[in-house]
Amino acid sequence: MSSSGPVFWFEQSQLQTLIDTLRDRGRRVIGPQVRDGAVIYADLPDASALPTGVLDEQDGGWYRLVEEAHAGPFDHVAGPHSLKNFLFPPRETIQRWRRQEGSWQQLAAESPVAPLAVIGPRACDLAALAIQDRVFLESDFVDPFYKARREQLFVVAVNCRRAAATCFCHSMGCGPAIQRGFDLLLTPVAERFLLEAGSAAGTAIATTLAPQLTPATTDDAAQARQISADLAASMAARPPTPVRSNPVANPAAAAPTAVPHASPPPRSLDTEDIRNLLFDNLEHNRWQEVASRCLSCGNCTMVCPTCFCSSVTEVADLTGDNVSRERQWASCFTLEHGQMHGENARPTTAAQYRQWLTHKLAGWIDQFGSSGCTGCGRCITWCPVGIDLTEEVAAIRETSS
Amino acid sequence: MTGLSDTSTAAVTTPGAIPPWDYARATIAGMHDEAPGVQTYSLEVHPPHRQQLLASKPGQFNMLYLPGIGEAAISIASQPDAEPLLHTVRAVGNVTQRLAALPLGAEILIRGPYGRPWPLEDLAGTDLIIAAGGVGLASVRAAISQAAASRDRFSSVAVLIGAKTPDDLLYQHEFAHWQATGLEVALIVDTAASGWQGPVGFVPQLLDNQPISETTTILTCGPEVMMRSLADAAFTRGLSAERFYLSMERNMQCAAGFCGLCQFGPAFVCRNGPVFRYDQIAHFLEVPHL
Repeated sequence: MSSSGPVFWFEQSQLQTLIDTLRDRGRRVIGPQVRDGAVIYADLPDASALPTGVLDEQDGGWYRLVEEAHAGPFDHVAGPHSLKNFLFPPRETIQRWRRQEGSWQQLAAESPVAPLAVIGPRACDLAALAIQDRVFLESDFVDPFYKARREQLFVVAVNCRRAAATCFCHSMGCGPAIQRGFDLLLTPVAERFLLEAGSAAGTAIATTLAPQLTPATTDDAAQARQISADLAASMAARPPTPVRSNPVANPAAAAPTAVPHASPPPRSLDTEDIRNLLFDNLEHNRWQEVASRCLSCGNCTMVCPTCFCSSVTEVADLTGDNVSRERQWASCFTLEHGQMHGENARPTTAAQYRQWLTHKLAGWIDQFGSSGCTGCGRCITWCPVGIDLTEEVAAIRETSS
Repeated sequence: MTGLSDTSTAAVTTPGAIPPWDYARATIAGMHDEAPGVQTYSLEVHPPHRQQLLASKPGQFNMLYLPGIGEAAISIASQPDAEPLLHTVRAVGNVTQRLAALPLGAEILIRGPYGRPWPLEDLAGTDLIIAAGGVGLASVRAAISQAAASRDRFSSVAVLIGAKTPDDLLYQHEFAHWQATGLEVALIVDTAASGWQGPVGFVPQLLDNQPISETTTILTCGPEVMMRSLADAAFTRGLSAERFYLSMERNMQCAAGFCGLCQFGPAFVCRNGPVFRYDQIAHFLEVPHL
């Protein structure tokens, strides 16, 4: 809640009108939905597909949806998808070439896509969007594919009113309250929302909807702000993530069918001088220790909303005259990532995990002027063995050389 | 410890100045066998990118693209504005092996130049030592050629070259010219062969015969282990790490700083390198498997 424009009450029953309005303007509307036991982002058929009535329980290596009659459509928190899946898709054709009489002709890469509207991103998602903007738009080179989608993006952001145990956006300065980066913002208050606009495009939609909406008072807005403030205060009061003496004995990873799940420790991350902490401990024995648990599966890099590594694959037809180049997400947990002529830069899991963690929390600061982590906690939840970066950093800090 | 952001490693390109994946066409006008498995390609770059490709600086690299096969980052062996564009390539991967099999007159695609060059413009009046191992000589060839063409700009210039065997020495036909222009050329091989009169060993040994002065500056490219031991030898003799430059190799795919594969500590080798000043990355060079 930051803008000074008009604020309206917005009922859950009006979500369909919002979806229709966005779609009428030619947008492809993406929103959260339950699929295969998780809340993901996908094309939103209608408002009834929103994940009303479920909450997500998250811990290291643990994600379960539980039914909760009073849960609103946005009371889940971060799922395995993020805006990255749509702005920097897992696989896309970036070039097409055709050989004619011995000469290569470049063809148009892909047909233009409809402008996106995404309903549901949280503070951590908007922070991740700003981080990816720095990578793809604000560096020496501009990625034309990201740029085309980003410029047309419309975001209906939603303030969180609960946090999972894996959430630590407060530690990264990314949330939980949304300050900027949205076109429209919904703040849940009891059974309804406060709606405000944060851009000209958002104002245009709000103006279209306004005749059906009740103006909210400054007291209403203050009440909504208090919900975010209370959540922020409860997260700020979290103790540091404990360093377990035997991290392999993770109850979630060890007993994946145990329901209900024991109350997980809420996470936080001490970011004090974190760049130098990590770069001064590149040979800490914790890297070997975490490598004994890490499966180098790359899940953390896939669910991370900011991981941007990619590689390009040549796809040719049988004649070899028609070639498309497909860019797909790469992961520093693969040997291909560090491959050089004759040797591999990072041939061990310890080196790969160190690359991931130190890039995310340290190298990123040199490269882009900010951390690469938003505190969304996805890498903790979706790690099959429950490796927790907040715990890994705490362990290194405890025994920093 | 300090980071790259604390030092003068500002990007050499202006944001958005060159679009990524902006290809020029080039014709293979000549192929010269440099050494077993190593060829030098003479490329004629077609308009409209000709000027852009020729406006390289010694130490920069281009991306060579064969559609359907892939791309490879190859350092530029020719001097700026000299035609034809030269690339010396060892045939070790998909792209480089297919390149070696192409006939004269074949068309390839090329984009560049990329990366930070050797700081030759800042080195006037210095005692310059250029040291290379194996195919690493390709990425200092342009610097050597420039030093040979303007020898008077430097107090002295020594070129130290190592290879596995005498047959693996690149640019042998140019050594006499380099010497004639006043460059000292010293050679060493890991394994001698019949007729070899020179020393046997590794590049750092050649440094033993070089004086280290207040202005000595070393530029090196070769296997990381060679460059590290050369640095150790130089620093032991009092050279400041600020006067030691090395060219690094990593997995470079986009050359634009967003595929992430060429990372080395906080650096993107494609953007912050491939040429680094030793003291700027010393902390990271000492860590295995980074």
